[in-house]
Amino acid sequence: MISFTLQRDSQRRLVFTAPDGRTHIDVDPVRAFPLSDPRHSISICDSLGREILYIDSLDDLDPATRASLEAELAQREFVPIILRVINTPPKTEPSTWQVETDRGITTFEVDSDDSVYRRPPRRVSIVDSRGIRYEIPDTRNLDHHSRRVLDRFL
Amino acid sequence: MKRGMTDPMETWAGSPEWVRTLAGSKLEPGESPLTWFEPDLNHRLFYAPGLVVLTDRRVLSFEWDPAKSPNGRHPEDASSLRVWPLHSVSSISTRDQSGIGALELFGPDGLLAWWRYTVARAPAARRMVERLESLRRGGGALAPVSTELPAITGECAVCAAPLRAGDSTCRECGASPSRPPVRSLLRLFSVARKYLFMSVLGFFLTLASTASGLIPPYLTMPLLDNVLVPYQNGQPADTHMVKWYLLGLAGASVLAWALTWAQMYVLSWVSERISADLRNLTYSHLQRLSLEYFGGKRTGDLISRVSSDTDRICYFLSVYVLDFVTDVIMLLMTAGILLSVDLRLAAVTLLPMPLIAFLVFRVQERLGHGFSLGNRAWAELTSILAETIPGIRVVKAFAQEDHEIQRFRRANDSVLSTNDRVNRVWAYFNAVVVLLTDLGVLIVWMFGVWLVFHHSVTVGVLTAFVAYISRFYARLDSMSRMASATQRAAASAQRVFGVLDRVPKVPEPADPIHPVRVEGGIEIRNLSFRYASRPILKDLNLTIRPGEMIGLVGQSGAGKTTLINLLCRFYDVTSGEILVDGTDIRRFPTGEYRRNIGLVLQEPFLFSGSVAENIAYGRPNAPREEIIAAARAARAHEFILRLPNGYDSLVGERGQFLSGGERQRVSIARALLIDPRILILDEATSSVDTETEREIQLALANLIQGRTTIAIAHRLSTLQRADRLVVMQRGEIVEVGPHAELLERGGVYARLHQAQIDMHEGRLQPAAAEEAEEDELLEEL
Repeated sequence: MISFTLQRDSQRRLVFTAPDGRTHIDVDPVRAFPLSDPRHSISICDSLGREILYIDSLDDLDPATRASLEAELAQREFVPIILRVINTPPKTEPSTWQVETDRGITTFEVDSDDSVYRRPPRRVSIVDSRGIRYEIPDTRNLDHHSRRVLDRFL
Repeated sequence: MKRGMTDPMETWAGSPEWVRTLAGSKLEPGESPLTWFEPDLNHRLFYAPGLVVLTDRRVLSFEWDPAKSPNGRHPEDASSLRVWPLHSVSSISTRDQSGIGALELFGPDGLLAWWRYTVARAPAARRMVERLESLRRGGGALAPVSTELPAITGECAVCAAPLRAGDSTCRECGASPSRPPVRSLLRLFSVARKYLFMSVLGFFLTLASTASGLIPPYLTMPLLDNVLVPYQNGQPADTHMVKWYLLGLAGASVLAWALTWAQMYVLSWVSERISADLRNLTYSHLQRLSLEYFGGKRTGDLISRVSSDTDRICYFLSVYVLDFVTDVIMLLMTAGILLSVDLRLAAVTLLPMPLIAFLVFRVQERLGHGFSLGNRAWAELTSILAETIPGIRVVKAFAQEDHEIQRFRRANDSVLSTNDRVNRVWAYFNAVVVLLTDLGVLIVWMFGVWLVFHHSVTVGVLTAFVAYISRFYARLDSMSRMASATQRAAASAQRVFGVLDRVPKVPEPADPIHPVRVEGGIEIRNLSFRYASRPILKDLNLTIRPGEMIGLVGQSGAGKTTLINLLCRFYDVTSGEILVDGTDIRRFPTGEYRRNIGLVLQEPFLFSGSVAENIAYGRPNAPREEIIAAARAARAHEFILRLPNGYDSLVGERGQFLSGGERQRVSIARALLIDPRILILDEATSSVDTETEREIQLALANLIQGRTTIAIAHRLSTLQRADRLVVMQRGEIVEVGPHAELLERGGVYARLHQAQIDMHEGRLQPAAAEEAEEDELLEEL
């Protein structure tokens, strides 16, 4: 069992304290595979991006540590899952998409159809003009209208 | 056995009949000819036939006076026959000057004889040199045969090198023997055979639907003759038949609709599958071709062969062939019906047909020409687009937007004018067809009316004839369109089969040795390499211990990258051999051999997908831990973690979302993950800044541990870790040794090193610079 503490200091910086008492201020916990394997390969990096600790699996952590780590991770990852496409984005560039995601309804702009990636077998990734990525894990789960919209872009 | 190094019997067996008879007449008993060469120019560079034969004892030279015997080739006619015993010959060499070659024969006291020839004869001249040299060296003992060459089947039309069974292109000059394009089209049948049942079904559906289209005019005949005409004349008519005729007409329409539907569906199904198969076939074949093929082709051209050419074939099959078959069936059936109804009227109707058909095809020919001009203009336009859009930064940097706009406008103008031309002919042609059709109908009317007046035919028959004849002409018109479509599809088929007929130049061994995991010891023996008759590497010898790091140094054009390509077996050596762990690499299956090689290029190529997918390109199922380990060793792990989605971040097309140094480190991780025994670094650090280079250097330090490494670098500082440096110049190895030793020697390397230090310190040493310039000049010559 690995255990360490992650706390916010008075300036809201994240402080990492190793079991031996050494601390690092302003650390950054990152998932190496946030989409394909979120439960494994997690790194704690210092403020300069150097790796302090590598955690192979969340299951290796003691429950308290894990809870605090997961809470922090949840704070920094933002890849909305598109549940359906509401409008009919025009084929002109850039096109505006209104979508319902697992995080609510949003509107974003897509620069060109090069930003809509089909990733076998049925995954689709969309990167909007600001660099935010949206995921559709399986196009079969979309409704008819959304699938038709996607087909035009793929 | 490779080209160039030829077995005596094999060479001589490939010689033309006349050479054998001719040489045979002058040979001494027991003397055996080895090879021959035909100079085609005399010393004043006029065309003149000649023949040089090398035997195991002598060199014989025949010459003919072109004025007296233009075709030469008879020993009696020979204006001169000269003979040199081999012991009087000390050396032989070729010299190449702007496409005209000279073969020079030297004795101990100097030049014995020389011959001139055009580039087409160069391979034979070289063969002669090689044969004679190997005779000098060791009485003709040649390197052991590793791969048998297939039998000679002909000779190349361009350079006269022998063509062998299975060769689709000349081994010397790369030209492919031409084949008539329409024959390529017939080869589509071999692809179509899989869909035989559906094709036959489609054919019968075509037959049926065409026939059903011919029913209505046939039904109007009795409707007019038995019902309407008698009724109008106040005669009794069987009115109860009316509903049957009308029902029949309706039924025929419904039938025609259903059958056409089925026919279209079936035939499109078949043609779509044929073209899909063709695409798969072409692409998978393309992937297996050696790198050499891609070197000589424009990317756009290859892409269009796989995509648009196959698509054009599909369109041809599904639309034109279908139409054409329908038309032919229609014409035959119509002619049959007309003849069966009334012979005289049919004769008048069909008589002008050949004339009209002739006219139509003539115009079509001109149209076809216009179309091909249009295609060429269109291709020009596309190539401007394909060139300037990726190169937009250069265009803008040199402020040449207006120039490019002008260039595009000119190309567009020529598209416009060719299209205008086609349209003019087309408009005229269409009007002519209408006129001819009307004329034909008019003739039928005139003759028909006359016949009706003489009570030879009925009004119904005449109406039916008029209905048929207008169909007739419409068909003729669409049939003629077939001609140009066939030409176009045939051209496409030829281009597609052009790819399919390519035999990979890096052949798989007949009885392979499976390398599994090599040790990494490399031995290069007497290696020479020529690219399209231009010598690139000359007689290299080098032994590399397993785990050793070698730095390849030399000016660009010295042959470093070529050597590496040969090591990776992207090409095969012209002569000599490369041994890995003591085995000729040509004995390994290429895929298994290359799995032992890690390659890091100057411009790392990443595929669109995530970072993790790119690192795992060589081993798609690599576990996550190994991907991370490889990235760590490549010093990529931390920057990857800083990306918005870590290893799941998308790199964009060709890795555009990453910086040059980041891409390079991802590509190093990719090479690390396959854990290669032999590592090749081709200018891995030359496209990045010094700071990034340091990072990459650290990554490379991890990579090269325990692996045989061959690194090319322009910055000599990059090669500090190398155990030995190999200095190359104009295709030859000029110096080999550790850095310090080479510096002490004060040779080529020392000069290069000094030049770089000077550059770094901001002063250009005139001597070194001049020398470099001189070298380049020599290179160009």
